Amino acid sequence: MRKKVIFRGVALPYLLLLPQLLITAVFFFWPAGMAVWQSTQREDAFGLSSEFVALENFTDLFRDPIYLNAAWNTAVFSTAVAALALGAALFLAVQADKQIRAAGLYKTLLIWPYAVAPALAAVLWLFIFHPSIGLVGRGFAAIGINWDYRVNGGQAMTMVIIAAAWKQVSYNFIFFLAGLQSIPTSVLEAAAIDGARPMRRFWTVIFPLLSPTAFFLLVVNLVYAFFDTFGVIHALTRGGPGNATETLIYKVYVDGVQNLNFGSSAAQSVILMVIVIGLTAIQFRFIERRVHY
Amino acid sequence: MSGTAIDVERLAAAARRRKARDRFFTYLALTLGVIVFALPIWITLVGSTHDTDTIGRGDVPLLPGTEALNNYAHAWAQGGGGRNTFAVPASTMLWNSLIMALVIAVGKIAISLLSAFAVVFFSFPLRMFFFWMIFITLMLPVEVRIIPTFQVMTDLSLIDTMTGLTLPLIASATATLLFRQFFLTIPDEYVEAAKVDGAGPMRFFKDVVLPLSVTSMAALFVIQFIYGWNQYLWPLLMVSDRDLETVIVGLTKMIGIGDTQNEWNLIMTTAVFALLPPVAVVVLMQRWFIKGLTETEK
Amino acid sequence: MHRRTLLTGAMSLGVAAPALGQTQPTEIQFWHGLAQPLGGMLEKRATDFNATQQRFKIVPTFRGSYPETMVAAIAAFRANNAPHIVQMFEVGTGTMMNAGRAVKPVHELLAETGVQIDFDDYLPGVRGYYSLSDGRMMSMPFNSSTTIVWYNKDAFRAAGLDPDKFPEHWQQVAEMLPKLKGAAGTQVPMSTAWLTWAHVENFSAIHDIPLATLANGFGGLGTELQINNPLVQRHMANLVQWQKDSLFRYGGRNNAGEPAFPNGEAAIMFTSSGFRARVQREARFNWGVAMLPYYEGTPRAPINSIIGGASLWVMNKGPAAGGGRSRDEFQGVAEFFKYLSNPEVDAQWHMDTGYVPVRRASYAIAREKGFYRDNPGADVPIEQLLRGGGTLTDNSRGIRLGGFVEIRTIMEEEMERAFQGQQTAQQALANATTRGNQVLRNFERANRG
Repeated sequence: MRKKVIFRGVALPYLLLLPQLLITAVFFFWPAGMAVWQSTQREDAFGLSSEFVALENFTDLFRDPIYLNAAWNTAVFSTAVAALALGAALFLAVQADKQIRAAGLYKTLLIWPYAVAPALAAVLWLFIFHPSIGLVGRGFAAIGINWDYRVNGGQAMTMVIIAAAWKQVSYNFIFFLAGLQSIPTSVLEAAAIDGARPMRRFWTVIFPLLSPTAFFLLVVNLVYAFFDTFGVIHALTRGGPGNATETLIYKVYVDGVQNLNFGSSAAQSVILMVIVIGLTAIQFRFIERRVHY
Repeated sequence: MSGTAIDVERLAAAARRRKARDRFFTYLALTLGVIVFALPIWITLVGSTHDTDTIGRGDVPLLPGTEALNNYAHAWAQGGGGRNTFAVPASTMLWNSLIMALVIAVGKIAISLLSAFAVVFFSFPLRMFFFWMIFITLMLPVEVRIIPTFQVMTDLSLIDTMTGLTLPLIASATATLLFRQFFLTIPDEYVEAAKVDGAGPMRFFKDVVLPLSVTSMAALFVIQFIYGWNQYLWPLLMVSDRDLETVIVGLTKMIGIGDTQNEWNLIMTTAVFALLPPVAVVVLMQRWFIKGLTETEK
Repeated sequence: MHRRTLLTGAMSLGVAAPALGQTQPTEIQFWHGLAQPLGGMLEKRATDFNATQQRFKIVPTFRGSYPETMVAAIAAFRANNAPHIVQMFEVGTGTMMNAGRAVKPVHELLAETGVQIDFDDYLPGVRGYYSLSDGRMMSMPFNSSTTIVWYNKDAFRAAGLDPDKFPEHWQQVAEMLPKLKGAAGTQVPMSTAWLTWAHVENFSAIHDIPLATLANGFGGLGTELQINNPLVQRHMANLVQWQKDSLFRYGGRNNAGEPAFPNGEAAIMFTSSGFRARVQREARFNWGVAMLPYYEGTPRAPINSIIGGASLWVMNKGPAAGGGRSRDEFQGVAEFFKYLSNPEVDAQWHMDTGYVPVRRASYAIAREKGFYRDNPGADVPIEQLLRGGGTLTDNSRGIRLGGFVEIRTIMEEEMERAFQGQQTAQQALANATTRGNQVLRNFERANRG
């Protein structure tokens, strides 16, 4: 699908591209290259001396139970956030789709959390779950549950998952609703005439039609849970208690910014880059299939 | 004969009942959904109208109090959270967030328009190489290159500056992709006609491409404004000067480690402040927002 | 030409007319990590100093918590933009001591500027913490504190315990805890802030047992953690058991647990002596302070506890050769330190904040002013720092471990797992030792050169 008619000129297109390329080169490629270089170095905090250690930073990481723990946390957290956010959104979208008249209103009422920053979402849920000032937090205490997310790792994880998923539901809702509303009524009527019960009808007829959307959303949600939830964890638990909510991204930050362990932090960055490249490749392959350039 | 009629009627009645029940459950589910979504906001709104002691004591209020004016005026002009930090007025933080969000949104749109225009309407050496170069930035979010980026910023003396806060976030693969996709749908005849008229590329850009892109730009603006407003890790790293504090980071600093004795009323007030602009943008520009969302993600 | 005329003019006016403002005062950047209200009190010291003279202007800036301030200062140094003075918590001392040309040792600063400060008058625990083994000062002692016990006298009374006497031994504490359950509306008998500072670091010091080899790291970078010893194991196992029995509540990292005391939730709290101002303002009950308990039967216990808080470090501007500081800037820093060391200033700081006086002379001033008569218990931290005769041992001089910030976090993380029942206290200490030693080895490697 190339344009047949094209302007000539060499200087002008380069000039037009220049701002974008400059920013990309200086703030993306240069640091990324530096991360690769730094991952082979061991440096003191003040940057006064460094030594080449080849791949030692990497081998140290894979031997470090804390790093493996962070990887496990990331897996648990991302899966739970994606499952919760997708499930809730699908459920709500199906309900909203049934009420064509009110669907617009529900849409407005349900989409605004998209605009809430992850860190802010965390703060809002803190007001609910705080053991001494939160509504639910105090409720738990009243019925005898020993609730304190600052001390209990499982509770901390639950809380960051809820805050992170809550914010993402609106996004998924919009896409599911759009997907549902694009299913032709004739298909639905045909299924209804078949006499299939609603649940069965949903799983055998509607869901397969939604599956491209669902798969796309799954990837988006995983990317979100992986990379955009730093704020949730930083605002709520700082990775604690006892590393219980420390994810890979959070650990890069802790080792690089707090522990000033630049070599290890850079090595972790490199590992993450590989993961993002993988995820983006999956996403892009899918996009290519869906939208024909 | 009559038996069949009764059967049909009974069946119809059952169907009606089932329908009514279904509708009831649907409304119930949706209402519950809306409540779960609104609950944190309601608690926050209510909390912002009470005094510190009410919340600190743990008497979670469910109905608005009388301190709203005080709290909002105080947070706006003086800020709060002195227990964990030095207070910064919410007005300062909101101003910083606003400038940051606007510069990022407008900047992204501007440079992405230009680069997409170059990639689509020109033929020049290494065209696809540059396109891929822009595309690959998708794979390098700041979260994965924290430390080296920080060092580049210090080398360029951009720490603690609004430029440092915004400039690096202006590069945009998604916006460039979106504009490229859109430009590809502009009929070739337009370009032909422009060429016949003797219009140069920049005239064509100004007279044809820009006007056609207004809708896409509006949609992108909503998405990118929210993106800019909600930045967290980046300002956390780049800013230690409290005069440049953005509201999201400032808010979590006020909370610190979640001390029960925090000035929770002022924290909640600041949370409302932090919430309003992006939510207003989404709700008021809903049509553009949904368009932007569904199109940028394609 | 013109400029020289101006300059000569200014010089001829000389010292007589500094107020004409021909020369701008030299600005000295001072980054600190104290939030309000302490931060404001600290900044007042800078403003007061600025008011005493016109040559120098101290510009204090809050840079977040102690760890954040430390990180910001190091990052700024790498960017050739370090502050002149940075307030660094005691945990960062080991890192700063090994920072090479990033810091300007205080003894060098004073020698070069000819400013005299009488460090002999400083409390030995304070002085020892911030000096080289030969006694040369590396940083300027400032806000020092130590962990002590805070307890709710009303709860003691309700439990039938003597409200004026806190037990001396942990064995007695153990017997007392069940009685305190629910006393006077409290939710838990005992809680703590600064878990490792109170229950590992100071615990080891007062029992005169080593936290790490090579005199807690004072003897070199090859030091290794020694926390996995029977006594610490015993104490940690007790804490874990008490947590399980709801007699103790771990309150979170750093000082997160503190509010549970003034709000009446916990009957006993272990935390910094710098907590005083807040308790005075917020507690709605009678309270008292006491020295840290110890295990009866430990030879040599109890001796002095070690200090916490922070000291002021002088930094060079950046990694480039020469350091990038003018003589004038250093002069300003030295004069400011001299001002802070003034016993009157120090005594006032002590009385305003609850930090301990760092000089004997200031302690005397506070006593003369009747401060301890009016504020019973305010001298407990000082007495505790001088307990056992005030002669420091290798185990009670202080702690000098590189990467200690990280090691503390590691200890907290491992203990948190023990409190959640995921491992025993002994496993927690063993894991903390392994992981902590790894940090020490990395630090040793990075700072060999």
